[in-house]
Amino acid sequence: MLETYIRNRQKKKNLLLMTHIVMGYPSFDACHDIIDQMVAAGVDLMELQIPFSEPMADGPVILRANQTALERGATVVKCMAFAKEMAARYPIPFLFMTYANIPYKFGMAAFAKATADIHLTGAIVPDMPMEEGTEYIQAMQENLLSPIQMFSPSTSDVRMAQIASIASGFIYCLARKGVTGADTDFSDDLTQYLDRCRKAASVPLAVGFGIHDKADMDFLRGKADIAVIGSQTIRVAEDHGVNSVREFIQGLLPAA
Amino acid sequence: MKHRGYYGGFGGAFLPEILIPTFDELVSAFESAKTDPGFRKQYESLMAEYSGRPTPLTFAANLTRHFGGAKIYIKREDLNHTGAHKANNVMGQGLLVKKMGKQRVIAETGAGQHGVACATMAARFGFDCTIYMGEKDVMRQRPNVFWMEQLGATVVPVTDGTKILKDAINQAFRDWVTNMDTTHYVLGTACGPHPFPEMVTWFQSIIGIEARQQIMEREGRLPDRVYACVGGGSNAMGLFSGFMDDPVELVGVEAGGKGIDSGFHAARLSSADASYGIAQGYKTFFLQNDDGQMKETHSISAGLDYVGVSPILAHMHENKTARFESATDAEVVNALKLTMKTEGIIPALESAHAFAGAFREAPALLRDQILIINQSGRGDKDIFTIADALNDADWKTFIQTKAAQYHA
Ligand SMILES: Cc1ncc(COP(=O)(O)O)c(C=O)c1O
Repeated sequence: MLETYIRNRQKKKNLLLMTHIVMGYPSFDACHDIIDQMVAAGVDLMELQIPFSEPMADGPVILRANQTALERGATVVKCMAFAKEMAARYPIPFLFMTYANIPYKFGMAAFAKATADIHLTGAIVPDMPMEEGTEYIQAMQENLLSPIQMFSPSTSDVRMAQIASIASGFIYCLARKGVTGADTDFSDDLTQYLDRCRKAASVPLAVGFGIHDKADMDFLRGKADIAVIGSQTIRVAEDHGVNSVREFIQGLLPAA
Repeated sequence: MKHRGYYGGFGGAFLPEILIPTFDELVSAFESAKTDPGFRKQYESLMAEYSGRPTPLTFAANLTRHFGGAKIYIKREDLNHTGAHKANNVMGQGLLVKKMGKQRVIAETGAGQHGVACATMAARFGFDCTIYMGEKDVMRQRPNVFWMEQLGATVVPVTDGTKILKDAINQAFRDWVTNMDTTHYVLGTACGPHPFPEMVTWFQSIIGIEARQQIMEREGRLPDRVYACVGGGSNAMGLFSGFMDDPVELVGVEAGGKGIDSGFHAARLSSADASYGIAQGYKTFFLQNDDGQMKETHSISAGLDYVGVSPILAHMHENKTARFESATDAEVVNALKLTMKTEGIIPALESAHAFAGAFREAPALLRDQILIINQSGRGDKDIFTIADALNDADWKTFIQTKAAQYHA
């Protein structure tokens, strides 16, 4: 169970780190190298994005990564095979991240079963709100997977309670409005919002969107359970090469 | 989110969590407008005063004679202010934006018609306005970019994806999830998450309601068939809305591009190439591959060059309450030429698809039968594309001379 893993891991460090890659970008081999470095640097969980041609919630960095991965031949089948290999090789939980059309075309039940068969632990699907997700959520639950739910700063308390009632694993809290990649203002507003999230939900809270350095991580410590880094590691790999990912991740964590 | 806008299995609201309250607000503003007779009246008088409505229903005597079959009437949406049916939707949403107290509007545009209409609305109502337009469409429809900018809008060329309409829609959504507190997204067609398909149809229904009344006055009877081109489906839904409960055949004409067999087309309902999918916030027939990745579409007309289609039309296709055909780029250019020469009317390339579809069927109908073609827009905006399609030598010389002047 994903939640149990998170709680156990928190006995050693209070703020866990989840990172994100787009499978097939810049290539599957490079993705493997990046994951290798991330795990060695101490990443606790990972999102593996199956690229989609219309990534509506993603900003320029991840959007272009999606496009390039598809241009270079990434397919759902290749992504599944890659994810299977990573889950077998590394001892951390992996989740799929993708858009609704990918599991929908695959077939919700088949997608959930395939996800379980290759030992992933859940999925994050940002354009599948609770109201539209009945079939998906059920299929995931039947396979003992976590269909990760989301909170946003605009989510009302009432709605947070409804979402929390079907949540498992953790809840992904968007740190702010907007798309992935832009800066986030780590302010009192964010603290208050995370307070609201904490009151509404008993599962762990992951916070993502706009986290890119150690100061951001330090701000979140004590307020959230998992920090999510997406666009920034892609930028680091693009600007400084795949081999700089490990050092970047290590720089985010408290000195051992 | 209560009523989620399903039409059979199509529609819905596949929204990122951040937009849920924005849509709740929009749904409730629209629901209250719908049940307020004063709102519809305000809308209709605005359209009369600002856009010249009602638009005429023109009897095309020469085309009728040319084909020797059914009587052909043309509903003249080209005579709206800004030259297309897009004004109907835009002004209606503008009134809602005022009700909701927002100060900024954004929109996607393909042909640029919706963008121009939106920019005029923003100018009149005093809203800030940003228009997203695929880079490829910016090239195809440069004159409309000029007008949007003159009207005070910011035009942002979209360089991601296939650089056309769907990519502009994605980019508008990305703006919206950042700025929804101040901003309304004026979606230009009967697609996207609920309530857009229903809301855009409600505003566009002014076309069909007028057309029905006009044909009853002229002929004392209903038409046998009505034709509209189908991009996202707003002008088609507008026309069809007037005849939903009547024994009238509703015909939608999609972009056949270089021919269905070539694969270069945008025929979602009239070809076997599309399948159920979820994208851009709703479920419908999309032109996509087996993984669910959207394909590149093709059409001579930017406004029909779109991967998805109104969920309401998708439902009508499945339950066979409407029929869908396609017309190729070549057929469309011929229909356009014929209409210009015989009637002195210049349809937009989008609209010319409806003409081509009707021309194919008119000769086989009886003389006492009646067709209505929706002329969704006027063709002057397409001067560059049409001049290319006609390979007009004098036009090329003119452009070269003009370019030389700029160099001097
Ligand atoms: C003149 C004209 N007709 C038709 C369309 C297609 O849109 P819809 O199918 O929503 O009517 C457009 C879109 O840009 C247009 O400009």
